Amino acid sequence: MDRIKKFFSTFLLFELLKGMAVTGRYLFKPKITVHFPEEKTPQSPRFRGLHALRRYPNGEERCIACKLCEAVCPAMAITIDSEQRTDSTRRTTRYDIDLSKCIFCGFCEESCPVDSIVETRILEYHGEKRGDLIYTKEMLLAIGDRYEEQIAKDREADARYR
Amino acid sequence: MENIQQQFVEIFGIEWGSMLFSLASNVTFIFAIVIPLLLGVAYLTFAERKIIAYMQIRVGPNRVTFFGIPWLRGWGQPIADAVKAIMKEIIIPTGANKLLFILAPVLTIMPALAAWAVIPFSPELVLADINAGLLYILAMTSMGIYGIIIAGWASNSKYAFLGAMRSAAQVVSYELAMGFALVCVLMMSRSLNLGDIVNGQQGNSLLNWYLIPLFPMFLVYLISGIAETNRAPFDVAEGESEIVAGFHVDYSGMAFTVFFLAEYSNMILVATLTSIMFLGGWLPPVDMEPFTWIPGFIWLLLKIAFILFFFLWFRATFPRYRYDQIMRLGWKVFIPITLIWIVLLGLIMQLPESIRNSFPLNIWF
Repeated sequence: MDRIKKFFSTFLLFELLKGMAVTGRYLFKPKITVHFPEEKTPQSPRFRGLHALRRYPNGEERCIACKLCEAVCPAMAITIDSEQRTDSTRRTTRYDIDLSKCIFCGFCEESCPVDSIVETRILEYHGEKRGDLIYTKEMLLAIGDRYEEQIAKDREADARYR
Repeated sequence: MENIQQQFVEIFGIEWGSMLFSLASNVTFIFAIVIPLLLGVAYLTFAERKIIAYMQIRVGPNRVTFFGIPWLRGWGQPIADAVKAIMKEIIIPTGANKLLFILAPVLTIMPALAAWAVIPFSPELVLADINAGLLYILAMTSMGIYGIIIAGWASNSKYAFLGAMRSAAQVVSYELAMGFALVCVLMMSRSLNLGDIVNGQQGNSLLNWYLIPLFPMFLVYLISGIAETNRAPFDVAEGESEIVAGFHVDYSGMAFTVFFLAEYSNMILVATLTSIMFLGGWLPPVDMEPFTWIPGFIWLLLKIAFILFFFLWFRATFPRYRYDQIMRLGWKVFIPITLIWIVLLGLIMQLPESIRNSFPLNIWF
């Protein structure tokens, strides 16, 4: 009996019609596509995008050249040189992040004792020639200056879970 | 029309004038078929991307537009694709047979376009009103396979060759079922002329179409048509996930696009033949006032679009058949069904006059 049933259901294309009914129904369903440049998906305050170096409110850069981020970076994307400044504090003279190596794991941000290196919400950046994706200290500080408000807000939102 | 002929005769003399006139009018007609066909192919690819996207709850191409008109978003996509394909380089692989490599796409598109010569678009509108139209169609559609085999062989690649062999076996097997399905149609219409086949379906309503007495043959024809054109779910010849792209792996640029054009114009051709032979061609569904206002040509186009929508729907729904399943379906399912139906139809046609003229049978016989 089962065999006869199976024969008829396949022979009369019943199963195929069922499949087509599913796709036919989906034809009229509302579409879930996000139209990217006009619409954007919501981002978490923990979003890990382009890096930035922050400053204290008095304008002093936070980074103390402890090199923890350089040590923890699994992709070895960070290169740091440091020197003693005239006021006898240790500061970086070079802080490069090679974004073509970076895997955006967020370890640098986690390891930073002074919350200096952070990852921002910026995801739309690009390079047009070789070397464009190596971000230097000046560039990272500039990003930090520009987006400080947003960065500070995100840190605050996430602070209770740290 | 006659004025123009008169002028030709005046300019070139009686003998040359009429000859040149028929040449010129035929060439004009050919262009009037081929150019809209190629445009149709372009927008069929757009429709395919859109419909399949909608069935997968995406939106499909929606960026390229003409002159920045917002409500035409996406409609420029096929034009942009064509321009891209024309700009690209045609790479001929080392070790490929150059002549055959270039010849293959030509051999594929030639029959795909030539078959359109006998298609009747309306009672008067047909380029070549020949009596062996159906035979010509069968001959032309089976020619297309040469292009695929030659392409697979000339590429000098294992994947291309595998695709070509699969495609050859598949097309040969389905040609039989397709031919038998068409035998049923010509038994009903008692003619090989496509115009006569449509006229045989004339009547009060769509009940007279061959769709109803030959419904299994309609399904067999439609499915073998999909297999013939190497479309999903019978696209083992291309099989992106197993043999990369099958017979056209090594083709690029315009040479690839010609294969693409041939595949899609074959699709439109199969849809057209299905609508001519089973859905009553240019006939309106009901022979009544509001329906007869619309010209027959438009009805034919609507039927073609309807069948093409099914092609796209199938592609969005079904996974690819395994190769042995394709062979089993062709040889062990379709051919027996069609043979049984031919015998059955013959028996019905040999019934005594009085039974054939009684109610359900008198509509068709």
